[in-house]
Amino acid sequence: MSTLSIFYAVLFYVATLLLVVGLARKILQYMRSPAPLKIPTTPAPTTSTGVAYRMAREVVLFESLFKSSKWTWIFGWMFHFGMLLVLVRHLRYFVSDVPGWLLAIQPFGKYAAIMMVAGLGGLWARRFLVDRVRYISTPSDHLMLALLLGIGVSGAMMTFVSHTDIITLKIFVLGLLRLSPQPLPESLVLMAHLAMVATLMIIFPISKLLHAPGVFFSPTRNQADNPRERRHLADWAAKLEK
Amino acid sequence: MAVREFEVAKLTGEIKVPALQEGTMAGIKGFIANEKIQEALGYPGELVEDWHDKAISKMGELLGKYRSLQVFMDACVHCGACTDKCHYYLGTSDPKNMPVARQELMRQVYRRHFTFAGKYFPKLVGAKDLTKEILDDWYSYYYQCSECRRCSVYCPYGIDTAEITMAGREILDSVGMGQKYSNEILGKLQRIGNNLGLPGPAIINTLEGLEEDVLDDTGIPVKFPLDVKGAEVLLITPSADFFSEPHVESLIGYAKVFHAAGISWTMSSHAAEAGNFGLFIGSYENTRKAAMRIRDAALELGVKRIVVGECGHAWRVAYSFWNTMIGVGDGADDEFGKKLQDQLDHSYPQPAHICEVTHDLLTRGVIKVDKSKNDDRVITFHDSCNVSRASRMGDTPGGQFTIPREVIKMVANNYQEMAPGTTHEATFCCGGGGGLLTDDLMEVRVKGAQPRMEAYKEVVDNNKVNFLALICAICKAQFTKVLPYYGYDMSMVGGVHQLVSTAIELPGLGEGPAEAEAAGDE
Ligand code: HEM
Ligand code: HEM
Ligand code: SF4
Ligand code: SF4
Repeated sequence: MSTLSIFYAVLFYVATLLLVVGLARKILQYMRSPAPLKIPTTPAPTTSTGVAYRMAREVVLFESLFKSSKWTWIFGWMFHFGMLLVLVRHLRYFVSDVPGWLLAIQPFGKYAAIMMVAGLGGLWARRFLVDRVRYISTPSDHLMLALLLGIGVSGAMMTFVSHTDIITLKIFVLGLLRLSPQPLPESLVLMAHLAMVATLMIIFPISKLLHAPGVFFSPTRNQADNPRERRHLADWAAKLEK
Repeated sequence: MAVREFEVAKLTGEIKVPALQEGTMAGIKGFIANEKIQEALGYPGELVEDWHDKAISKMGELLGKYRSLQVFMDACVHCGACTDKCHYYLGTSDPKNMPVARQELMRQVYRRHFTFAGKYFPKLVGAKDLTKEILDDWYSYYYQCSECRRCSVYCPYGIDTAEITMAGREILDSVGMGQKYSNEILGKLQRIGNNLGLPGPAIINTLEGLEEDVLDDTGIPVKFPLDVKGAEVLLITPSADFFSEPHVESLIGYAKVFHAAGISWTMSSHAAEAGNFGLFIGSYENTRKAAMRIRDAALELGVKRIVVGECGHAWRVAYSFWNTMIGVGDGADDEFGKKLQDQLDHSYPQPAHICEVTHDLLTRGVIKVDKSKNDDRVITFHDSCNVSRASRMGDTPGGQFTIPREVIKMVANNYQEMAPGTTHEATFCCGGGGGLLTDDLMEVRVKGAQPRMEAYKEVVDNNKVNFLALICAICKAQFTKVLPYYGYDMSMVGGVHQLVSTAIELPGLGEGPAEAEAAGDE
């Protein structure tokens, strides 16, 4: 097996480890830090079912963003749901027997790449065109968009322009999963794609991509509006009563 | 520190998003609290020598105590959705008044000290160590935020800049940089029992004066009871209601409502304040300490119900925090909570907003009104931020919008809504909330009021509105001061219960009150 294949195998093990451990640590931190006061942004649902429904609307429809900025919403939603479809389509590399439904969505997934890339383009354009967004953009905001665009464009290249050897790739991926690394197809575009994907995985838990787990822990969105009905007391606050 | 001159924008009736102009509000800051004020709240009297380390360790402490702060520091993607949502940005064009930029003042330091990326790649992610300039920026811009939560409505992750402002102020306090206005008032509240520092005899005096005024006016002996043991209702209202115009008109309104409904009630000289500036400076301990007076008064007087007068942030503290902090509410299974909750009558919401009480009495026909008495008024209603976005009235979400409006419509004939996008959960702050209601911040207040004033102008011009109905002591004080800057008369401002007061029919002399069985004997 080539050094390059070994390098990529190691890279993906390291990236996965950093992603999983990093995310787990962050999620544990969010779970453990107390929310001493009731601070849902009202009007808020009064029951936990209502809260689940509100959260679902935020995560699936980006409801609050829809209220604030239609352009950001359109581009943001295109990007995220394009990406989601793409990722689902990618599952075919990770299972040995591809189930029927996964096969069925393959043709749609293809065009999701265009949606994702267009959405990213729109979001990036805002960072230059809107003075307020330009003011708050840091170099890392630009790099993040560049990275995702890089992943999207390199992926789309393989889909629409120069196909890679999917069979060998699948053997490589399944090999990783079975802890017996196999050779990677020799394709520059694929290598670029994978290097960028690994980078994304590594920076995920140390960047603003924490918005993905973060939204579920946001007290203004995940608390029920019932402070008169229930006494809500954090441990550190209860100690003040002693 | 001299307060500089400034220009007031000419209203157009339309809210426009300005192009940003850096530094327009840089260095604008309220007076710093002196040693005496600071120490009364348990903070250092002046900037401590090791402020840098103290501030960072305080930040660490708060990150561990408040999930909101921890998640909000991490989650922002700089999407910009909040950038045009803050009335202080809209009114000043200063980019540091954009919610995300206000957060960034703290986030840059958070990144530097608490994240991997900020420690090793500070330039890349915009991380900076805390310098004296940044600390001064904090003091400036964390006191140009009214903690109104408008930004939190629009952020896709619900990031509430008010939480970050509160943390910022708490860190500033802990290194000795307190704000004179908020901290002095909070000290008075904790020491004397109300924001104005009124001693008991002064309150008695005022209330007796009010009884005479109302008797002269109506011929009916409406009482303003104080410290009456065994009363059914304890009314907790902002102390401004005792002295300031137009606040006092609403106090008269509450008294008439209780009188007409035959509900026995009392106020307390020990807890003669609904407001609680502990919220503004983000200090759990200080908020709780101030609120404890209300618990003590309720236990002492043996009341069955606690009702809160017209005040926005006070209603937030009462509705959202009282159950947690002092046990006013329902559902406690611990000794501390039960001690008070066993005494309260849980067939009523605890605590209840005065609008909930009046709404219920009007709907059930227990009190009667003559709507035509308000016919000289064309009324619009300004939703107070803390009521709209941090609390509720009634049983269903959004009751905080419908109940006060229904009360107005039940006591008056002419009502007009301001433009959508400036009311309900999208309401614009009056510009003076969150501890900014001080003359040394007049420029911030006047400019921050501009979006609300634009919406108001529109209904004044197009619908002949001449009365701005409010349910907040701060809104009342702010608008009476700020309206004249925009060319309106301050007499246009008043409380919802001022309207109730005008229209309510009081049972005549000799007649029993409407709900005789409910009176006195409980
Ligand atoms: C629970 C899952 C997620 C939710 C609810 C969510 C939601 C959002 C929302 C509402 C925005 C702001 C609007 C926009 O710029 O698109 C955003 C931005 C962003 N999201 Fe997500 N997201 C999620 C997962 C992810 C994941 C898995 C990634 C990365 C691989 C990601 C990458 C980004 C990036 C890079 C931005 C910033 C775009 C910009 O610079 O304008 N998100 N996300
Ligand atoms: C181990 C992880 C990954 C592997 C092995 C992989 C591999 C591939 C391959 C081989 C293709 C070409 C498909 C074809 O020829 O039809 C592709 C396409 C694509 N990839 Fe990936 N990729 C990975 C992760 C990702 C991630 C995380 C993203 C997005 C953030 C992404 C975005 C895309 C896009 C947008 C396309 C084009 C559309 C499509 O064919 O679905 N990939 N990827
Ligand atoms: S809480 Fe209100 S004042 Fe503060 S940043 Fe948000 S919108 Fe502006
Ligand atoms: S809306 Fe929320 S995520 Fe977007 S920039 Fe503002 S605070 Fe950050």
